[in-house]
Amino acid sequence: MNALLELRNIRHAYGRQVVVSGLSLTLRKGEIGCLLGSSGCGKTTVLRCIAGFEPIRTGEILLNGVTVSNDNICLPPEQRHIGMVFQDYALFPHLTVAANIGFGLHRMQKKERASRVAELLQTVGLADASSRYPHELSGGQQQRVALARALAPRPDLLLMDEPFSNLDVSLRERLSLEIRDILKSQNATAILVTHDQDEAFAIADEIGVMQHGEIQQWDTAYNLYHKPANRFVANFIGQGVFLPGKVLDSHHVEIELGVLKGDISHKCTTDCHLCREGYPVDVLIRPDDIVHDDASPVQAAVVHKAFRGADILYTLRLPGGSTALSLVPSHHNHAIGEKIGIRLAADHVVAFSQSEP
Amino acid sequence: MRVKGETLDPMARDTTTKYGFYGYLASTYRTSSGWRFLPFLVAGLVLIPIGTVISSFFAPAGDIWQHLVETTLAGLLINTFWLVLGVASGTALLGVSLAWFTAVCEFPGRKFFSWALLLPLAIPAYVTAFVALGLFDYIGPVQTALRTWLGPDLAWFPNVRSRMGVIIVMILAFYPYVYLLTRNAFLTQGKRSLEAAQSLGFNRTQGFFKLALPMARPWIVGGVMLALMETLADFGTVSVFNYDTFTTAIYKAWFGMFSLTAASQLASLLIVIVFVMMVVEQQFRARMRYAENRQSARVDRIPLAGWRAWLLAGFASGTLFFAFLLPVAQLGIWAASVFTRDFDQRYLEFLWHSLLLSALAALLTCSVALLVAYAARRYPDRATHTAIRIATLGYALPGAVLAVGIFIPVAWLDNWLSSIALQLFNMETGLLIQGTLFTMLIAYMTRFLAVSHSPIDSAMQRITGSIDEAAMGLGLNGWTMLRRVHLPILKGGIFTAATLVFVDVMKEMPITLMTRPFGWDTLAVRIFEMTSEGAWDQAALPAVALVLAGLFPIILFVRQTEK
Repeated sequence: MNALLELRNIRHAYGRQVVVSGLSLTLRKGEIGCLLGSSGCGKTTVLRCIAGFEPIRTGEILLNGVTVSNDNICLPPEQRHIGMVFQDYALFPHLTVAANIGFGLHRMQKKERASRVAELLQTVGLADASSRYPHELSGGQQQRVALARALAPRPDLLLMDEPFSNLDVSLRERLSLEIRDILKSQNATAILVTHDQDEAFAIADEIGVMQHGEIQQWDTAYNLYHKPANRFVANFIGQGVFLPGKVLDSHHVEIELGVLKGDISHKCTTDCHLCREGYPVDVLIRPDDIVHDDASPVQAAVVHKAFRGADILYTLRLPGGSTALSLVPSHHNHAIGEKIGIRLAADHVVAFSQSEP
Repeated sequence: MRVKGETLDPMARDTTTKYGFYGYLASTYRTSSGWRFLPFLVAGLVLIPIGTVISSFFAPAGDIWQHLVETTLAGLLINTFWLVLGVASGTALLGVSLAWFTAVCEFPGRKFFSWALLLPLAIPAYVTAFVALGLFDYIGPVQTALRTWLGPDLAWFPNVRSRMGVIIVMILAFYPYVYLLTRNAFLTQGKRSLEAAQSLGFNRTQGFFKLALPMARPWIVGGVMLALMETLADFGTVSVFNYDTFTTAIYKAWFGMFSLTAASQLASLLIVIVFVMMVVEQQFRARMRYAENRQSARVDRIPLAGWRAWLLAGFASGTLFFAFLLPVAQLGIWAASVFTRDFDQRYLEFLWHSLLLSALAALLTCSVALLVAYAARRYPDRATHTAIRIATLGYALPGAVLAVGIFIPVAWLDNWLSSIALQLFNMETGLLIQGTLFTMLIAYMTRFLAVSHSPIDSAMQRITGSIDEAAMGLGLNGWTMLRRVHLPILKGGIFTAATLVFVDVMKEMPITLMTRPFGWDTLAVRIFEMTSEGAWDQAALPAVALVLAGLFPIILFVRQTEK
């Protein structure tokens, strides 16, 4: 299928302050994308550029193959057929829930409009609340009204700016799954922006990790976690530590705990020196890469422990002095200072050159 | 009082059991406090003039009233109707458009205009009024200059001394109320709602009319209502223009026809009109609370360029020019021209009277507001709450109405006191209260309590119950707590309150004019006398002092909000 949305090398700046530089991404119809990054990384600005609220300096934004923004054109937002869910929802306080949802359906016949509103109320589970006012709703309900209002005119693309940031954590998780179902049921194409990786993992098909106005990696949640493209992504996504190691050959790396097998670099290029024998590297070790094994000869001291219900996250001091994390089923309860046997259990390698920043 | 206090205060015992030690402490405070009734007392002070004025309506109608009904009443109603309509639509149009442009658009000078457009609040409307008359009247400098250039026939030049003239002056004086409230609404929701509308397929113009404007309606109505309250209460402007409204009619009935009853009956009609306005305002205020009021983190404005940007800059500077710069400049010129002649012992006396009255009124009003706020804090029950609402209603009462409504009971009390003195002690006391500063101060307090109550009350809200408890837990109590915890928190609010009352009393005209002790002229009274003789230049000198004083709270406000 063709790309529904395409960003080619876009650049945006407020005055001299560059917010987005050289950013590209592609989204196909029906996909849910996500821009993930800490605050100030420029992710919301990208969203506002796509919506048409901000002009871009260079590059090009295409919707359905048509250029909507480049260095000298910027199609007004209302002509882009894009829906937007705002961070603060921006519900209209003087209108009822039904009127809020029907607000963008001004070109429809009255009857048609009413049935579309009813349909959406049903979809988001607010059929009983149609005549209530936004201030009478809970945060989660307001969020769903905002979503329904944005979906009502059947936009080609839905943009969601930190859609869950005003909700409490328990609600966030449930609602994010719910909203993924709603979006998929409407076959909507969407991009959301968030700083919360759990949220990104729960909703998105593909995620772009952003830093300093650039996408560091655009990939699935699985690949971001297991095949991070660089140190920043490796640090940003999930937990883990870097342990020093030496390359044995293009498929083997040796670290203190043993030899790891797997492709040293999944982005291997011709002038890559990573795979040379003896090359010093830092290897990413996730907490699930180290398992507890009483029979193992390698003993590590417990420095710190965090009980998490099903498991305990142990911070361990390895014999060589470096620190690693290990996720252990919680019935293996060990005291701080105790030495426990550990074993490597990784089936792939994530390694970066020690000279690489 | 005492017995009633015990029955009204069942909470005292409750708290001992419910809230333990601190509750007990609090309850001992309660039983020893006499000012539990203060809010009710002040509410009574507001109700007495209202009751006096309204009941006069049912008093036997004398010949004078009959005469008024036949000759002037219809004219008063028509004049008031057009004034209200004109000022309402004018302030709405000017205030809302300026608010939108400065809140949502970017044009040269926007930052400057966004606060400078509040400056006209510093000039009392009656000052703008006499400057406008002096400048644009037949013998004024503008028409004189035009005649020398264009020949003697200036028939096309609009007559300033007209209904339109009064309306325009009041619009220029009162639009900042609409501007201030609406701008706040637009700042918090304007750009956001516009973007939401755009994401739903509306262009900016549609978004403004379909969304931003309806959403801001409660604030717009609130601002217009404030402007209308000022319009209905206004005495100075309409008397400068000889445009008869209820306030001037009350004055004439009292001091021209010497019929306090007729004055009071006119006042009762004015009260009815004011109350209708208040009910409307309350309706909208209730809705205002629900509308969200979150300021978006980043206000990015619509950048305008070219002729549109300059058009806005021109519009804003035009408003500022006519509403502030021109009056101030003309005042300066006039004041300078009479300075050597008029800046004498008498001027200093007017100034001294104004300052003394304002200071005393500020002291009294703020003390009462503070005590009332404390009473509400200690006794947060429904009765107290209602009493305070009534007590702060006084602001809606036009000064002319209050003057009549307070003068009548005071005169009655005076007669009663002197007759008692005569009977019991065979003493000729004369008038004790009537025509003393005391009467005036009570009238000011009644009218301006709301002005001082709101900043003091909002400061008081910041002293939560847990702050008291924390202080008690650290061993502070009674006066120590008041001095070390409460006063530092309340300081800012009290200062704001005192400043506002001070300036309001200084500008106040009808109460001062009608209830002042004989010969006790203030700056405002002097302006009234000079303008009624058409001596604009002599009125300018006292006006300059009022404008300078009026600038002070505006500067404070701007520094607080724009930083």
